[in-house]
Amino acid sequence: MTVEHAPFSAFVAARQHTNTLIVQPRMGFSDPAVMRRGLLAVRAAGVPAVGTVTLDSFTRQGEHDRAAMAREADVELNGYALVAMGEERTSRMLAGIGGPDFPVQVRHGSPRPEQIFRTMLAAGVEATEGGPVSYCLPYSRVPLRESIRAWSQATRLLARQADQGVRCHLETFGGCMLGQLCPPSLLIAISVLECLFFAEHGITSMSASYAQQYCPEQDAEALGALRLLCAEYLPGVNWHVVLYTFMGLYPQSPGGARELLRQSARLAVRTGTERLIVKTVAEAHRIPTIEENVEALLLAHRTAEAEQLTPEPADGRGTEVYQQSRTLIDAVLALAPSVAKALPIAFERGVLDVPYCLHPDNRNEARCALGPDGRLEWCETGRMPLQAAARHRGPTSLEALLADLEFHRRRLDPLPR
Amino acid sequence: MSGSVVKAAQPSRGERSRAGSLTFVLCSVPSDSHMWNLVALQLLIEEMGHRVVNLGACTSVPLVIETSRAERPHCVVVSTVNGLGCIDGAGLITALRAEPDLATLPVVIGGKLGLRGTSDTDPTSELRQLGYDGVFPVAESAEKALAGFRAFVAATLERAR
Ligand code: B12
Repeated sequence: MTVEHAPFSAFVAARQHTNTLIVQPRMGFSDPAVMRRGLLAVRAAGVPAVGTVTLDSFTRQGEHDRAAMAREADVELNGYALVAMGEERTSRMLAGIGGPDFPVQVRHGSPRPEQIFRTMLAAGVEATEGGPVSYCLPYSRVPLRESIRAWSQATRLLARQADQGVRCHLETFGGCMLGQLCPPSLLIAISVLECLFFAEHGITSMSASYAQQYCPEQDAEALGALRLLCAEYLPGVNWHVVLYTFMGLYPQSPGGARELLRQSARLAVRTGTERLIVKTVAEAHRIPTIEENVEALLLAHRTAEAEQLTPEPADGRGTEVYQQSRTLIDAVLALAPSVAKALPIAFERGVLDVPYCLHPDNRNEARCALGPDGRLEWCETGRMPLQAAARHRGPTSLEALLADLEFHRRRLDPLPR
Repeated sequence: MSGSVVKAAQPSRGERSRAGSLTFVLCSVPSDSHMWNLVALQLLIEEMGHRVVNLGACTSVPLVIETSRAERPHCVVVSTVNGLGCIDGAGLITALRAEPDLATLPVVIGGKLGLRGTSDTDPTSELRQLGYDGVFPVAESAEKALAGFRAFVAATLERAR
């Protein structure tokens, strides 16, 4: 039996042949007319792009009544209220926009995504993202076991669409977690584990994610390790890698913001990464406009085109990040016969532990240090099966923590006069 | 106190506070899952010599009410940056002020409260009217908000001791 590609994967595969980086915004507006205009503007930008519908915080928390009330009062939200708007209005908002040359993805941030998925599918969108860990710990205080149960059901719902000939694409958000100050090995481990979770629930088209950190060499090693691990752990699955432009405290100046975006585009090209989700000049300040989103897409595309190098994926296997990621993945898989059963045990026992994450089910015993060269290293590994090998100490005061958080600002924003 | 930066995610029960130190309950609003603001503010308040019960992100209204009763804090600090602070923060203070025993509890809110950065209309007077004792919006940089908060603590809370 030949397995037909999900349209999203087919779109990515076609660009892969020509070595063209696909770019994508993080764009969401509560007014359906503006959301539609935004998607059309991205499609009209003239670069290989995926359209995004990012959802608002009320919808993420399942508070659809509050989202609906706000919309009725014409109050602006921080994203598109998919469920409150419903399938009919959303179908109209999307009419004629998506297609084989312009896939649309729903980005949400929900530990209980089933209703979002149902509305999205009814409105004709088959690509989305998240994960049972990555959309629970940084996005809610829902117990991890509950999120895993909800994601099991919702992921099966996506997989079942294949019965009707609809092939869904699912991207893990595991490569982001809190957006900053998390060593790459943990991001990669969670990314791969969530892909394994998706595969366990019948998904055959997926993407593994990684968020740009502070050191281009370390990031390249991390992306190399991620590719290798996907190849090793996800046989028979159609996967690609998506890079997120830096997800933490962003430069405030337009020049600094653009430079960090350019660096992420170059990193993507150098590492053979297929897709890049961009940040705009508004990131440090407020929700970006349509124009700011399009400008970021064009800049990322042009930078990638200018980076004419053929990708030379770092030789993954020897690196510390590969070894550490693999150790974490194997330690989690050894805990139970399924990923869905292993993940909550892993967090209970501290085999996985996200630095600074305040979610009640995260032990929050691990800490990392940021070296002057931008390398992230573990300085306290809590109960994870890793050695803490940092040459530097982690921050112990507000001043030191802010200094770490502001690494890119210090580097890229002009000095205050 | 341990040398390592902010670990207590749970209320630290039974911990004796040092002489002169105040207790703060630190929380967010139900819709907001951002945590770095809470991590930073916990350190800021601890470095001022006070005790912090950091409830973490996405705090429900009942959780804040319950903790305010259990911990009897000198002040509740609401921090939110997702841009829905004006709506969600209004709901929280209305609910808190509807509880007779919490009607006079000092409560402040701050962070990125709207969606348009520097072009947002200042929400201070509206939120104060609803019952906040201090409102510290962040538009361009956090410094002004933090200075305002420090001054509030010194003038209103530490003075009252
Ligand atoms: C990291 C980050 C995330 C991470 C958060 C991980 C986590 N769980 O913590 C992730 C990726 C998960 C995330 C998700 C989202 N995010 Co976010 N995020 C950021 C980012 C990049 C950095 C935040 C940060 O690390 N700050 C570091 C701390 C130390 O600074 P701070 O938060 O500003 O807090 C300081 C001050 O604001 C002030 N302050 C804060 N509160 C208070 C309270 C008082 C009383 C006082 C005195 C001062 C004060 O003092 C703090 C300490 O210095 C910002 C953009 C930026 N700033 O660069 C966007 C940003 C805050 N996010 C934003 C949004 C909208 C979201 C999402 C809704 C997704 C979306 N639609 O884009 C979701 C939120 C989900 C939800 N349910 O709310 C917007 C908010 C828009 C607005 N307010 O206008 C921002 C500004 C990005 C943008 N330009 O669109 N985000």
